[in-house]
Amino acid sequence: MRIGTAEKLRRDLTILLGLVVIYLGVAWFVPNSYYQLILTLVPIWAAFGVSWNILSGYGGQLSFGQASFFGIGGYSMTLALVYWNLTPWLGIPLGVIMGAVAAVIIGIPTFRLRGHYFALSMLAYPLAILYFMQYFGFQEVSLPMHREAPAAYLEFSDPRYYTIVAVGLLAVSVIACILVENSRFGLALLALRQNELAAEAAGIDTKAWKMRALIVSGMIAAGAGGLYACVQLVVTPDAVFGMLVSAQPVVMTLFGGVASVWGPVIGAAFLVPLSKLLDAYAGDYLRGIQGVVYGAAVIAIILAAPDGLFWTLRDRFFKPKAPAPLPAPHPAARALAVAAPSGVPLMKVAGLSKSFGGLRAVSDVSFTIAEGEILGIIGPNGAGKTTLFNVLNGVLPADGGTATLAGASMLGKKVHQVCRMGVGRTFQVVRGFPRLPLIDNVIVGAYGAGLSDHEAAEAAIRALHRTGLAAQAGVPAGQLTNKQLRLMELARALAGRPRLLLLDETLAGLGREECDDVLNVLDRLRQEGMTIGIIEHTMHAMMQIADRFVVLDHGAVLASGRPREVVEDRSVIEAYLGKKWLAKQDA
Amino acid sequence: MDLETLIESVLNALTAGITIGCIYGLMCIGLGLIFGIMKVVNFAQGELLMLGMFASFYLVTGGGVLAFLGPYIGPFVGAILAGPIVFVFGALLHKFLISRVSGLRTAGSIDDGHFGQLIITLGISLILQNGGMIVFGTIPVTVRTPLSSSAFLVGPIYGDATIFLNKAKLVACAVAIITALALYFVLEFTRVGKALRAAADNPTAATYMGIDVDKYYRMAFGLGSGITAIAGGLMATYLSFGSFIGFDYVIIMYSGVVLGGIGSIMGAFWGGMTVGMVQQMSALVLPPQLQNAAIFIVFLLIVMLRPQGLFGRSAERA
Repeated sequence: MRIGTAEKLRRDLTILLGLVVIYLGVAWFVPNSYYQLILTLVPIWAAFGVSWNILSGYGGQLSFGQASFFGIGGYSMTLALVYWNLTPWLGIPLGVIMGAVAAVIIGIPTFRLRGHYFALSMLAYPLAILYFMQYFGFQEVSLPMHREAPAAYLEFSDPRYYTIVAVGLLAVSVIACILVENSRFGLALLALRQNELAAEAAGIDTKAWKMRALIVSGMIAAGAGGLYACVQLVVTPDAVFGMLVSAQPVVMTLFGGVASVWGPVIGAAFLVPLSKLLDAYAGDYLRGIQGVVYGAAVIAIILAAPDGLFWTLRDRFFKPKAPAPLPAPHPAARALAVAAPSGVPLMKVAGLSKSFGGLRAVSDVSFTIAEGEILGIIGPNGAGKTTLFNVLNGVLPADGGTATLAGASMLGKKVHQVCRMGVGRTFQVVRGFPRLPLIDNVIVGAYGAGLSDHEAAEAAIRALHRTGLAAQAGVPAGQLTNKQLRLMELARALAGRPRLLLLDETLAGLGREECDDVLNVLDRLRQEGMTIGIIEHTMHAMMQIADRFVVLDHGAVLASGRPREVVEDRSVIEAYLGKKWLAKQDA
Repeated sequence: MDLETLIESVLNALTAGITIGCIYGLMCIGLGLIFGIMKVVNFAQGELLMLGMFASFYLVTGGGVLAFLGPYIGPFVGAILAGPIVFVFGALLHKFLISRVSGLRTAGSIDDGHFGQLIITLGISLILQNGGMIVFGTIPVTVRTPLSSSAFLVGPIYGDATIFLNKAKLVACAVAIITALALYFVLEFTRVGKALRAAADNPTAATYMGIDVDKYYRMAFGLGSGITAIAGGLMATYLSFGSFIGFDYVIIMYSGVVLGGIGSIMGAFWGGMTVGMVQQMSALVLPPQLQNAAIFIVFLLIVMLRPQGLFGRSAERA
């Protein structure tokens, strides 16, 4: 568990326990079997909503096809019961395992896609399965009755027992969701939802986390589907694989509140009874009116509470508490002062090239960065500076050449792997996680480096102190100033304990004084022994900070050396200011 | 099966695939405008198709205003007129509902408003399906034209192998192609088309250029609705439909748009064509239950092999 979440964890679990007790207490006194069925279905659909919420709400991997897992859970349980006489008490767990297997099989190809392509591809799976189920002759499978030992086969004549089992399933799902939310798992998901590339550059293996989210999600959905089939006593492809089934968890979670543990629960508690009661009563007067009312209700609520009921109510009635002040960093870890540049090369780049079609964005570039030095990479717009960084940290594949960090090759690796080698990266356009508080933005970087919960919290706090952001630790990144955001990216990179920082125009868009503040931070980092490669346009800033320059123009190295020498180099002046200017100077 | 029959069934499946594919293509262009260009997730697109069918039905049959045109021309004029009717409906839908969760209001927000669009359009879809059942009744109807039961014969080509070209589908196909081309020219060469594309590409920048983005979004949404409705009117001549028909086609439309490449109008047409072809060709080898599964499997295969769609481009800047 993440540091500092214990209180929230305890509170959420207490709420869960209270809700379970109250719900079962009320349900026990509902005699009408139709109402009791509604009370059973609410937790089942809520659990299904939780499954969608983990993948799509927290992780942002919008899935329109959760019915795949729901249906696999339902059919696994049913077919095992029909053909092997396996009790649903084991059949549902079997379905859960099948759900996990299906998640892996579906995830491997589908996570190659992003955004809309991913969402819609997910929709294709349950529909394809649906038609296969019809083809194999499973149009309608009834669950056989076991009168001799009904309880052993999860068959109850008293519907209240179904409600108890359903509430149990929901409680397990909610606990799973709470555990995800309060661990590095949840933080990784939130980070990748908000900005996948930034998460990747912070060292988070986004693909692996997505896959884990899909597996957890698939397992919960399969459990819900299995129990649903038990309660309905019959499964049909449309009832468990249909498009409306996929829509259910989406609607309930969005209605209740995305990326909140309680969102799907609130959504199901409102919408399931609403639709069932409309079906039972309004539908008798005028067929179809129930769908109209239901649709209108969904629209009305979402217009009134666009982020879902949970968030809207919370924002209105509960003010978030002021975050606790940050503890001071561990004193021992602070003393890191290292002597001036040792001259030992840390990163060596040789003959590196990258083309886009006919354009040679980086062409045969060679340079080194020595341990403890600040290397300024300068050049006019379009010189290939950012492309160079993108190749170095794995965003783009290189066409040729080598790049090594302390002897190990940096090329041919994924972004998060390069990060784990000890390369921190910041971006030209700040890539933060706007909804997360500053400290969590930074912790993401520490987790990315593979630190334990305790170490990560400490590393993040230290990084905030080093960048002078300790006072803003609890502020959501979306509310920070431009300078603070730049420093935040720096802190996030630092939290991963990098050996080398690659900073892409860290000073862009800053005023003179803000610029000096950031430069002071960089200077301090150098004194602590950090090695930095920095892309920058502002010449005066670079003259202040850089030990050496590499000048790029049209993708190639134009010059390199001490700042003084480089700025007096004729070819550099020509590249920056043009031939005419040079001629005028000579005249 | 002897060679003659084989050739005959392949050729007939091919021509059926092309004619139906053109109509699907037009249908997909409508969603392509809304989803592909404006990036609005619209699950009510199938219901817009359904409205197009019923608009044409009420214009043409019984005491409809177009009944005087007779059963040969009427159904097709009805299909075309369904366009402007549903255009207005779509524009109103956008003005009162969709605009609250799309466009400038949500540009740059974390999910670009997709969650809101999803739920609002699902709500609209439910209302239209069920409300449609109340208003239009539960008995499936069709727009009758004698053309749908007669065919041009081509051939015999090889032995006795002959191609049967259903006249209704042929005319529908022609109307679909003409409509698609007309839309292409409007988008590509007129001021309105340029403004539409600019507003879709970068709403904020378009605002700075003096483009009334909200107005053009409304127009694009209406246009997307109307185009799909025309396809619906054309389909009404050869299939029977009720208020829940949209359900079967909304997925086909998304498949077509994604196959063609999100953001490409002509791509959406070819994507729809691909779906029509797969559907008709798979009838040759697959049992009926699996023909629909074939669409989704081909869809998944193409998307896996070419994640940006057949005509799309993908680029991301770090």
